[in-house]
Amino acid sequence: MKTITLKSIGIFASCIAAAGIISSCKPKKVDSALSGDAAAKVYVAPGKYDEIYLFTSGGFSGQVGVYGIPSGRMLKQVPVFSMDAETGWGYSEETKPMLMTSHGFVPWDDSHHPQLSRTEGQDDGRWLFINANNTPRIARLDLGVFKTREIIELPNTGGNHASPFTTQNTEYVVGASRFSVPYDKQGDEAIAEYKDKFKGTISFIKVDKETGRMNLNFQLLVPGVDYDLARAGKAVSDGWVFFSCYNSEKAHSLLEVNASQRDKDFIMAVNWKKAEEYLAAGKGQKWSANYAHNVYDEKTHTATTTMEKEVTVLDVKDLPGVCYFIPCPKSPHGCDVDPTGEYICASGKLAAVIPVYSFSKMIKAIEAKDFEGDYDGVPVIKYEAALDGEVERPGLGPLHTEFDANGNAYTSFFVSSEIVKWNVKTKQVIDRVPTYYSIGHLCVPMGDNITPYGKYVIALNKITKDRYLPTGPELTQSAQLYSIEGEKMQLLLDFPTIGEPHYAQACPAEIVRKHEVKFYKLEENNHAYVAKNEKDAKVVRNGNDVHIYATAIRSHFTPDNIEGVKVGDNVYFHLTNLEQDWDVPHGFSIKGANNSELLILPGETQTLKWVPDRAGVFPMYCTDFCSALHQEMQGYIRVSPAGSNPTLKYSTGEEAVSAK
Amino acid sequence: MKTIKPFLRVVLLLCAVAMVASLKFPVWKIILEAPQYPEGLKMEIWSNKIAGDVDKINGLNHYIGMGVILDENFPELKIIPYCVVIMGILGLLVAATGKRWALWLFVIYQFIFGAWGMYRFWYWEYEYGHNLDPHAAIKIEGMAYQPPLLGWKQLLNFVAGSFPDTGGLLVIIPSVIIVLILLYEQFFRKN
Repeated sequence: MKTITLKSIGIFASCIAAAGIISSCKPKKVDSALSGDAAAKVYVAPGKYDEIYLFTSGGFSGQVGVYGIPSGRMLKQVPVFSMDAETGWGYSEETKPMLMTSHGFVPWDDSHHPQLSRTEGQDDGRWLFINANNTPRIARLDLGVFKTREIIELPNTGGNHASPFTTQNTEYVVGASRFSVPYDKQGDEAIAEYKDKFKGTISFIKVDKETGRMNLNFQLLVPGVDYDLARAGKAVSDGWVFFSCYNSEKAHSLLEVNASQRDKDFIMAVNWKKAEEYLAAGKGQKWSANYAHNVYDEKTHTATTTMEKEVTVLDVKDLPGVCYFIPCPKSPHGCDVDPTGEYICASGKLAAVIPVYSFSKMIKAIEAKDFEGDYDGVPVIKYEAALDGEVERPGLGPLHTEFDANGNAYTSFFVSSEIVKWNVKTKQVIDRVPTYYSIGHLCVPMGDNITPYGKYVIALNKITKDRYLPTGPELTQSAQLYSIEGEKMQLLLDFPTIGEPHYAQACPAEIVRKHEVKFYKLEENNHAYVAKNEKDAKVVRNGNDVHIYATAIRSHFTPDNIEGVKVGDNVYFHLTNLEQDWDVPHGFSIKGANNSELLILPGETQTLKWVPDRAGVFPMYCTDFCSALHQEMQGYIRVSPAGSNPTLKYSTGEEAVSAK
Repeated sequence: MKTIKPFLRVVLLLCAVAMVASLKFPVWKIILEAPQYPEGLKMEIWSNKIAGDVDKINGLNHYIGMGVILDENFPELKIIPYCVVIMGILGLLVAATGKRWALWLFVIYQFIFGAWGMYRFWYWEYEYGHNLDPHAAIKIEGMAYQPPLLGWKQLLNFVAGSFPDTGGLLVIIPSVIIVLILLYEQFFRKN
């Protein structure tokens, strides 16, 4: 949803606004002064914990940011789709497979929408899913350890944007294509054939209840429009997922103009339980495919890539009852289901109203076949038949809506740069506050749950401009915290974020902390090259490969003197951190390594591959300040010329022993 | 000679049961607190093993060259469970017979066993606190690291505390009661 187009619309709108000011008396400036108690509301005293975890997408950083609310303090950046030299993510031998795709090793992506796993429509704090938009993937983070544990690639998908929204009990996470592409003739079609040949897909990825393990259960072949955002139904609408669609014009060039022609695009309602019935009845076609499924095993501390070769596709135009379109004004973005599951609020980016659809009216319209026709074989329900009402003149450029537990909705407005609070039942606007600037998504803690937590709304902004000390041409990204406890919203805090915070999810800390892991148990470490104590440390040569089974404990490596390595050898440092205490990682680095350091957590084993390029004695050391004697945690490895025949020797604190 | 009052015999039986139950709980605890360990580290001494954060404590102790605390270094851990069971049997004997001589035997046994246990505890504290590796990373002239027998003591950046744990209380409190019963039976009981 980050586009130059939207920014320029924003600037254009500002110009119109400026022109308006000149021709009439100057409107009163928005009150941006903080009221007196804002500081007290965000103050978390030293040593105290925040009330809420906030998980933001890292946007084009490809990662996930973790913040404490209400302080806005950043707690962690979790590496997901991008290599991270600080933790060795994507550099260590164990984590490299996590970034494998059918295109080979893809070291970066664009992550947009975090989604917490849920049970009975409530965040359960077990996992966080996030999509990769560019090379379509979905990642699963384990919130016991705040690490990425699984990444699945989506075949037959151009741009996984409407993703990874979860169903009420995390039966599925979905992935829908932002870019439709052709699937006939291995996809080698003229772009001008878009209208006839290009199709969208929606992937339904099944999530195992116990392990969280993902599995691409089926894909829907859907009309060739752009799928933007989605939300699963809940409570009364459980069993459905709603997608916003733009470009019903089916433009393939200059979309900013050509995809903005029609008055109405669509919300697509998908009955996934019906789709499951067709799947069980064998109505799917098996398509050959090639996509990576990467899983990190917490016992072997190692990731493996499996290339999956097949996917079942259901063509919705042949399967009545799975998909319906509902007209929706002007290029909708947000498509949000209220806590009762009855109301679906759509946000047309260029629309002047917010349509609120009723789920029960939609079902009645389907039963009565109250259709205005079809679009590519999918019935189009009459707008009025599904509509509950419209929020009139809410603002300019509505994008996304979340909810509190008192029947109110909070909608972000990109163009008019504000948050508008309105009542879901009455459709009346209650309050509006400015954002700084150009808000995209917003986030109410558990704001998409059956029982929202409420209390705050967090604005995820696209532009910061003059809000922070400048840092050259590139400025910080930012979010803002507002209190929604009173009738009026109140700005409390600005805080910087990493990447672009497209969307964020938040829930009370205790929901996540139930799953807290402090360190990995050494006795459960099944790494192929683990050394569980110093006696097991050894060096083994196997042709040109040298495997160093090493240990780290405050404050030494075992072994820390190694000789007998030659130029051009593939040297694998398998480091096991023997500590069994919280907050005692060890780092490992060696001069000239072409990758990164390792950061090894207590009980974990990680491997750095090093190919020495010259003879000499190379120092290695611990990079994470581990103890009073951290600076002494160092060692040497001697490299002899290629073609020489040195004896392999290793030791710590005593005479070297020769390797067997 | 009269037998012990029936009510007190029941109390004695309960005391014996509590003493045997102490086998299922840590007898003593050594607590270490430091700026880096606000939550504290706890070493639990059971009748037959050392438990709690003993691995973490060993990891820290290597800086000052203290020996590694391992169950097999303490032969007492093999003997004490039997001593406790014998104490329980003596208690049963007293309760069953109600004889004053048996009560004397019970109390004397307790005193010998208790004194020996505390001596061995002090002995090992002294040994570990004083027998330090001369090559230790941290050496401070004249500094020993013997934890207190009972109470608190500052040892470098750590505050060390030594107190009876659940199992210890299950022995100590009944011991006091038993002594009081003996005093009563021997000196204060009116005919």
